[in-house]
Amino acid sequence: MLPKPQDGWSPYIAGALVGLLAIASALATTKLLGKTNYLGASTTFVRAAGLVENVVSPEHVASNEYFRKEKVKVEWQFMLILGVFFGALLSSLTDKSFKLESVPPTWERRFGPSIGKRALGAFVGGVIAMVGARMADGCPSGHGLSGMMQLSASAFLALPMFFLFGIIVAHVIYGRR
Amino acid sequence: MTTEHWLGFVTGILFGFFLQKGRVLRFDKQIGAMLFKDMTILKFMLSAILVGSVGITLLAQQGIITPNHKSMNLGAVLLGGALFGTGWGIMGFCPGTSVGAVGEGRWHAIFAILGMMAGAALYAELYPFFKTTVLAWKDLGKIGLPQLIGVSPWIVVGLLWIVSLGLFAWFEKKGI
Repeated sequence: MLPKPQDGWSPYIAGALVGLLAIASALATTKLLGKTNYLGASTTFVRAAGLVENVVSPEHVASNEYFRKEKVKVEWQFMLILGVFFGALLSSLTDKSFKLESVPPTWERRFGPSIGKRALGAFVGGVIAMVGARMADGCPSGHGLSGMMQLSASAFLALPMFFLFGIIVAHVIYGRR
Repeated sequence: MTTEHWLGFVTGILFGFFLQKGRVLRFDKQIGAMLFKDMTILKFMLSAILVGSVGITLLAQQGIITPNHKSMNLGAVLLGGALFGTGWGIMGFCPGTSVGAVGEGRWHAIFAILGMMAGAALYAELYPFFKTTVLAWKDLGKIGLPQLIGVSPWIVVGLLWIVSLGLFAWFEKKGI
């Protein structure tokens, strides 16, 4: 059974292409930048937060140990994440799957159509998730994809933890009918 | 923009394009996997890992690329992983997919992005405390699983393939 065009590509094919991209990216960064870079996302949020805080209080950012460690600047991964935005925009506009959505269906079935409630849920979830991602030093990109591809010991512990707690929380919040 | 910036940007465009084509950027797909109703994101992630692990292992063995393991810091990965999973289960996006989700019009992901930036700022303030507590508990270092348990990396890659193909067969049989 072939999926309809608006259903996109098979996740097996699209995922395998990301695997090839990760290999090509590791090679390209090694050759062109002299250092192997792996796909990741969550450190960019630290740099973005630092850039915003820089506007208000550059002294505070300069004196913060964690910002000094992660270096507040627009570098390779920051541009990677910007690129993800444009790649998704390009793909969704060209196959007509772009859709302005303020409340996702699963959320609406549980909490109704209020944008305020959805905004609060996304924000609070975001705070908790990012504190966790920085503590674990990675997210589903850094640990889940790059860590697993390199067979990092930490990835084999982090990814099951992500899913285990995601499964528990999602069942508690969205599991009721 | 420097070579570094262009390289990151072009790689990101392709990454975002494939994420969108695989339909994994959506809240309903991410929560759907956690509720065992729609395993699209797992099919996508595991396929990427299966292909990537073969190439990365080969290139690393040849000394062409350098591995960059994240620390197997037990307290940090266990507690951080649990916190991340909890937040992920509420917001329905992860850091990379939240940005892509806005790209395909799911603009409520902006609130997730703002929350994650606030979380990153909060972590930066709490870092000195974490450094002397949860991060200081037990760190096994930046190590690969094959070195940790003393086997060839190809055994681990082979097991990943066997387990993943088994999961794929089960997902397809269940139609999830």
